[in-house]
Order: sequence, then structure tokens, then C-alpha cells
Amino acid sequence: MKKLIIALAASAALMGGFSTGAQAQEKKKVCFIYVGSKTDGGWTQAHDLGRQQLDKALGTKVETPFLENVPEGPDAERAIERMARSGCALVFTTSFGFMDATVKVAAKFPDVKFEHATGFKAAPNLATYNSRFYEGRYIQGQIAAKMSKKGVAGYIASFPIPEVVMGINAFELGAKSINPNFKLKVVWANTWFDPGKEADAAKALIDQGVDILTQHTDTTAPMQVASERGILAFGQASDMIAAGPKTQLTAIVDTWGAYYIKRTQALLDGTWKSEQIWDGLKDGILTMAPYTNMPDDVKAMAEETEAKIKSGELHPFTGPINKQDGSAWLKAGEKAQDGVLLGMNFYIEGVDDKLPQ
Amino acid sequence: MRIELQKRARVSTLFSVLSPLLALALTLLFGAIMFWLLGKNPVSALYSFFIEPLLEVWSLHELAIKAAPLILIAVGLSVCYRSNNWNIGAEGQFTIGAITGSILPVLYPAWHSPMILPLMLILGMLGGALYAGIPALLKTRFNTNEILTSLMLVYIAQLYLDWLVRGPWRDPQGNNFPITKTFQIEAVVPEILSSSGRAHWAFIFAIVAAVALWFMMRFMLKGFEVSVLGQSERAGRFAGFSARRMVWFSMLLSGALAGLAGISEVSGSIGHLQPIISPGYGFTAIIVAFLGRLNPLGIIASGLVLALTYLGGEAAQLSIGISDKVSRVFQGLLLFFVLSCDTLIHYRIRLIFSGMKTGEVKG
Amino acid sequence: MFEAILLTVITASTPLVLAALGELVTERSGVLNLGVEGMMIMGAVCAFVAAQLTGSPYAGILAGILGGGIFSLLFGFLTLTLVANQVATGLALTILGLGLSGQIGEAFVGQPGIKLQPIVFPLLSDIPFFGRVLFSQDLIFYLSVALVIGIHWFLFKSRTGLKLRAIGDSHSSAHALGINVIRTRYLAVMFGGACAGLAGAQLSLVYTPQWVENMSAGRGWIALALVVFASWRPWRILAGGYLFGAVGIGQLHAQILAQNLGIVIPSQFLSALPYAATIVVLIIISHNRRTTLINTPASLGKPFVPDR
Repeated sequence: MKKLIIALAASAALMGGFSTGAQAQEKKKVCFIYVGSKTDGGWTQAHDLGRQQLDKALGTKVETPFLENVPEGPDAERAIERMARSGCALVFTTSFGFMDATVKVAAKFPDVKFEHATGFKAAPNLATYNSRFYEGRYIQGQIAAKMSKKGVAGYIASFPIPEVVMGINAFELGAKSINPNFKLKVVWANTWFDPGKEADAAKALIDQGVDILTQHTDTTAPMQVASERGILAFGQASDMIAAGPKTQLTAIVDTWGAYYIKRTQALLDGTWKSEQIWDGLKDGILTMAPYTNMPDDVKAMAEETEAKIKSGELHPFTGPINKQDGSAWLKAGEKAQDGVLLGMNFYIEGVDDKLPQ
Repeated sequence: MRIELQKRARVSTLFSVLSPLLALALTLLFGAIMFWLLGKNPVSALYSFFIEPLLEVWSLHELAIKAAPLILIAVGLSVCYRSNNWNIGAEGQFTIGAITGSILPVLYPAWHSPMILPLMLILGMLGGALYAGIPALLKTRFNTNEILTSLMLVYIAQLYLDWLVRGPWRDPQGNNFPITKTFQIEAVVPEILSSSGRAHWAFIFAIVAAVALWFMMRFMLKGFEVSVLGQSERAGRFAGFSARRMVWFSMLLSGALAGLAGISEVSGSIGHLQPIISPGYGFTAIIVAFLGRLNPLGIIASGLVLALTYLGGEAAQLSIGISDKVSRVFQGLLLFFVLSCDTLIHYRIRLIFSGMKTGEVKG
Repeated sequence: MFEAILLTVITASTPLVLAALGELVTERSGVLNLGVEGMMIMGAVCAFVAAQLTGSPYAGILAGILGGGIFSLLFGFLTLTLVANQVATGLALTILGLGLSGQIGEAFVGQPGIKLQPIVFPLLSDIPFFGRVLFSQDLIFYLSVALVIGIHWFLFKSRTGLKLRAIGDSHSSAHALGINVIRTRYLAVMFGGACAGLAGAQLSLVYTPQWVENMSAGRGWIALALVVFASWRPWRILAGGYLFGAVGIGQLHAQILAQNLGIVIPSQFLSALPYAATIVVLIIISHNRRTTLINTPASLGKPFVPDR
């Protein structure tokens, strides 16, 4: 009982101290909200690395509080609102599922700036940003076609959203530019994050005869399986070379740091404005991990493709491209519009999987 | 040294009141030590956990939003558990309730009538009840254990929702993202006091349900039937009660309330269907039910306290950088202390040192 | 290919079998511990950390067993000594375990783990068809099979096992016969924790040699369901665990086969298969009310305080 009284007294004393003692803050707050754990090894970790880079670059001018493991839904709205109320000047909401919550809170706090990753709803104080991951997938497809002996690659997919479908298509396009008969097998793990299930999916694909793996899920488990079974694989979201030193060909590395620094600087300079940004390899929002475990000519090809994409000479989605059923989608030389890509829900020719409509 | 329990002749009223306070004190003490060990200021950590979320009006609204589904589900479960029916699949009933309740706004987005919301709520309750009816049917018909069937049905419900929002119910204007159309305004559960925050009627539903069930358990024959059958099926039979009917009653009731929680959450707090609509309310509600000692009024309190720890964990993460893992450990500590202090209500605790009785320490 | 698929199934099923076996012993003593998920994840993190620090996966196995076992004592203290509600305490244990493991393992995320290597039995593993599957496995797999046999013998052939079952069926009668109910239950709870910890060790040392938060991903819940599914009999746990694993792996292969044949099956339906299959099988086996009643520990979940 005594303890309780002491504790209560202590907290009461503190309440008084707190309300008056709010320290005057010079630093601006740039806040982040994550759907996963900041050490998930994949999507969220990449964003948190970006936040840390921002901290390093502009740490004297900003501080970067964050909330991790925020479930999508009403919890997200509360978490974002809490950030807006706690004095954040700029809030990055880093999951697609935060879209409507961000829109609602942004409408309530017109003076706070918001940036939502991978969404499509904007407002004067709400920008969206995304990365052209498909550029990296195209390069991976080309490498796969060169390195695969059987001409079949396996793709561990999470959920059928446009982002994932776009990645599958880009991979197949890259592969077909080298080997027109290249085949792609897709397995849906129906999870972003379950090392066991991802490993099972990898094993199933290998047992069904693929000799190269790529993944659109978050953990390094598929890379580990590929390495055990002695086949080659591509990493996802972060450089996974540690999980497969003799396995990883390259990885699409999300490097949000450059973007976060750019936008925070704009905020500090007073030049921030709402934009719908879709950056690619040339902007450094994604980078390719070193090309390893491949002969020099393949490496040279990959580097050349990367350079061409950066310079704008090559757009992976350039016609002629047929849809899966053989009907024409893009005419020769025609480039896909961003809007179509961002809402992509069909496969191109050569992908074996069928998308439920 | 060992600990010995001695059953009290009567339930201790004193400790019914004191035990939660004692638990809180112990949690504060151990929490403070933990935060101190982690190099955080214990006082400010505890402050952000328990006080900060209560200081602002908007945050109180958020508390109500978070607590509403927990209370709604937990009061239903309390009837189940009291009658010895182990429904642990409320999460699935919540999901199905959200789906059936959403049929109208998803399929008839142009229907603007005040009738739509009441119909949605009824459909949600029906859906949740029917889904809970599956384990009830299997239990009464095939003698199948409801713990297992209700749990398995959770996963199936979630995958079904996933399929719906990625397939047939996907918003054609939604860039092929897995969300349905945003519900029309008539299909949204209204806010209670929209000027000060976004808490909506689900919280009222929860309070009403809790009070109604409290009344039933306390003053109605049905409540007596629940307790008797829960304590002994044999005794219940002598009293002319049917255990089989009780399976149906308790499962359908808890399912309906979970379904109501589901549709209210989707309609009031989210505004559309999406693959993930619950951070595990159906499971957390099980803890809420027991923390509230399976008493509907106690559940209101425990639901609010648990909701507070979620909000507090967030506040602590943001204001002093306590990770959400530490928050969860802290939450676990609180639960452990509450559960163990409740022992004092029914028992005296004696500490016995190497066979020599040193008398009572507490109580 | 068939052999490879079998190996995959075994790897996926072993943690379920192990955790369910432990819970079976706990429940046979009349204690319902819903904290399997929490104990499993604690085992996984302890095993991984120990293996990384010592460089030996065997130290990891030991740490996993100890981690799960010691963590379960917390549950034991609350439910057995303080007679707190078992369902709620078990759930709280899971919350605590998920948080604590995340905290312990934070520094180890992303480190490539050390895989537990198989122990090959020279001649036996050359037997065609199933030799490699059965006799070229890691220690944890052998342990899981040994545990099935051992627990079956213990429960149904040994005196202590008889006492344990007596406690589970009626703790008051067992107490009246002079059996120390609380002590036996403590041991049963710890055994359950140790098995769940071993299952966790399998996750972070064999299944996917790495540590990430929440890597048990709900397997503890499946293990809990398996115990009921198996109607508290060890051999049925083995069968049920492998069935569940096989359906889970099978649906991945079904996806690829469907692609080869050009059929559209929503992957969600395939993912739901293991759960639906479990229900169906349970309906079939629980149809016979008498055998179910015989096997169900009658005092499961009920608190016990010795009279004085």
C-alpha cells in the first residue's frame, strides 16, 4: 500500500513539473510511422535506415521520432494524429495501408505536411512518393535469363497488388529480352512476413524445377533456402548478401534516405510542396546491390542496362508487349503510362500464373 | 520458503477493490525498475503510459474507439466462458460480421436511406452469430471441440476477407488496390460528439451491451442458467436446463456481439473494407474478459485499461523513445500482476519459511 | 522430387509436433497453457542468441529448451501457486513472450544463423526411398520422434505417467491418494515449456536459421489446436502435425501445378485448406463421443488448491 502512495505521489509531483517544463524546441520534428518492426529485415527496416541517414545528415536541425508496428486501420489514424499533435512538421507514413488514415488526418491538420508511400491520394499538404522498383526487376529478369540453365525462374509473391504484379511483369520482360521462351512460375505466399512460409514457398519452387529465385516478401529465408540448395537468387528491399554470399546475384535495395533528406531539406528551406513523386534508379531511391556470382559478361550487360535505364534511354515497359492471353497491349515503341502501371492487374505474355480477377 | 493459499470463507470485498490497485502499484514499481534499467526516466515513462493519454479530449475519444470492440466482444465471451463454452474464435466472427455488414454499402453504394445503417448492424450481428453457429453446430451435432474449430475458422475468415477485397469487392476506382469503395455517409456509424473527437456509437453499443448482460446475469433466470450450467452440467440438468441449448445461446450471443463490433469498427472507424481490419481484437478481448473477472461491468473497466496501455505505449514510444517491444513487456507485466493479485480475493496467502509458520503477510 | 517434398514437410511439421507434444503433457496433467506461442518464440530467440554467441547450434538447442522451460515457470507460478486463471495467464504469457523476445533479439536481427547439420546414420540412410528422409536428419527431428515414443510410453505404461493422468482427470482424488498435485503440474508445465522452446529452436536453427521478430508467426496456436485434434494422444499428434504440414506444403505445389495446367484457383482458398482440413478431420474423429471423453483430461483448466 505504501508503495502505491509513493508512486502516486511521485507521478503527481511529476505532472506539475511536466506541464510547465515542456522544453522549448528549436529542432523541427520529422516523424515516421511504420507498419512493421524497424528491424524486420525488409520493407520497414529499409525505411528506418533512411530515417537514420536523415538523422545523420540533418540531425542538427531535425529530430526523427517514429512509431513502429502500427496496425493498418483505426490505430493508424490515431498514431498519425498523435504525431500531428505532438508537433511533427512532416510525417512520413510508410505503408500503403495508411492511405486513408493519412488523408483524414491531413485534412484535419492543414499546417502539418504529410507524405504517404506508395499511395495515390494527395492533398495540398499531402504528397505521395514511390520507387520504380520495376526498373530493378527488369535488370534481374535479364540476369536470370542469362544465368538460368533451365530457362525457368521462381517468383515468391506476397499479395496480388499492382506493385507486385508490376514487378512480376517487369522481371518477365527483362528475361524475355534475352530469352523469348523464358518462363516464370509464381507462388503466392499470402504473407509479407513469415520466414517459415517463405522458405516453404522457395523449396516448393525449387522442387518444381526452377533454378533461380526471386522474392517479393520481406525476410531472407528464401535466400537461405536457395543457398542451401545451391541455386542462385535475388535479394529484396535490402542487400541480402550476408544470407547468401555465393547465392545472391544482386538485390533491389530500397534507399529511401536520399529522398527523405531531399524532402526534409525542402521543408527547412520552405520550398516543400505537395507532389506525386515516383522516383527511379536515376534518383537514387533504389539502388542495385553489387552484381556478384555471375560471369563478367553478364555483369557488364546488367551494368549497361542499369545505365540505360538511368539515362532514360530504356523504359522496361516499352512495346511491343502482349498481354498474357496474347492480345496486344503496347504497340512497338509505345511506353506504358504511369497510371496504368500503378494500377496494373494483368500479366504479360510468358507468365504462367493466372491472376484472379 | 513457500507460498500457501487458504480459501477464504467468503469472497473478500476489501480485496475485490484493493487488488487492482495493488496490481497497479506493483506494475508501477516493476515498470519503473525496468525503464530505469533501460536507461529511461522511469517517472516520465510511467507518466506517458498512464497519464498522458488521459489529458486530452481527443485522446479520450481514441480510448473509447480502442476500447469499444474489446468490450463488445469480451462481454459476449464472458457469457460463453461462464457457461463453459470455449469460443476463442471471436476474431473470425468479428471479421465475418464486418463482411456481412458491409454487403449493403459495397453492393449498393448509391442507396441513400436512413435504413441502411440499422440494416448493416443487423446483418453484421447475423453474420457473426451464424459464423459462431458453425462451432456450435459441430459441438452439439458431432461433439467437436469448439476451441479448435472456432480458432481454425478465424484463419478461414481472414483469408475469405482477403479474397473478397482483392477480388469481387475491390473498388474499381481504387487503382486495383485491395480496398472496397468508401461507404456512403448514411452507412457510417455516427460520431458521438464530433466536435471534439471521432469516437462513435460503437462505444455506446458496448456500454449498453455490457449493462444489459450484467442485468441478465444478475437478475434474470437466463443468467442463473448460464452460471449453473457452467458450474456443473449435471446440476443444470436437474434444474431442467439444457446444456445443448446453452451452447447455441452463448455461441450465437457472443458471435453476434463480435459481429456487431466488426461492422461498427469497419463502418465507424475505417470507412471501407480492407484486408486487415483488426489488430487482434478478438484475441485481446479474451484477456479483457478474464481481467474483468467475467463480469460485464468489470469488463468495461478492464477494456478501458487495456486500451489505455495501447495508447500509452504509443505515447511512450513517441515522447521518450520506449520501443513497442518494451511496451508489450510492460503490458504483460500489468496483466500478470492483475491476475495474481486477484488471488487475494478468494484466498489468504501465507508465506511459510522452512516449515515454520510466520503468520500472514497479507490479508 | 518426392523425397525433397517429404523433407520439406518434415521441416515444416516438426515444430508443430514438438510444441504440441509438450502441451499434451501439460494438458494431461490438467493444466491448459495457451502461452505456447510465447514460449515458442522465447525458445527461438534464446536458441538463436546462444548459437550465435557460442558458435554451436547444440548450445542453441539447449538454450532453447531452457528458455522455454524457464519462461513457462512464470505461468506455473501464477496458475499453480497463485491459482490465477489459466486461459488469461496463458494469453498474457504470449504477449510478454512476443515483446521480450523482440527485445532480447534486437541486436541479432539480420545475422546469418548457424544451421543445425543433419546426423547421418551410415547404412540406414542408404535404404531406398525413405532412408534419407528418416535417417539423415538433424538432432531435433530425431528428438521429436523419440519424444512421441517416450511420451506414449510414459503416459500409458509408466507409473508416474499414470499418476499424471490421474491428476488430470481428477486432481482432488489424486490429492487424496497422496499424489503431489502441484509439484507434478509444475513439472508438466515446465516440460511443455521446454518442448515449445525446442520447437522454437527448430525454427531459428533448422527451418529458417535466422532471427526476426514474430518469426513463430502463429505456429504456437496451431500446436494448441493439434493437441485437441489429436484428442490428447501422442501418436495422433505426430499424424496430425504431419498432415497439417503436408497440406500446407501441398497447397504451394498445387499453385504451381495449377499454373502448369492453366487453372485459376485463388491462392487464398488454397491457403485456407490446412485449416479447413483440420476441422473436417476433427469432425470425423470426434464423432465417437465415448473415446473423446476417455481421453479428455476432466479437470483441464480447473484450478486446484490443496485442502488443509
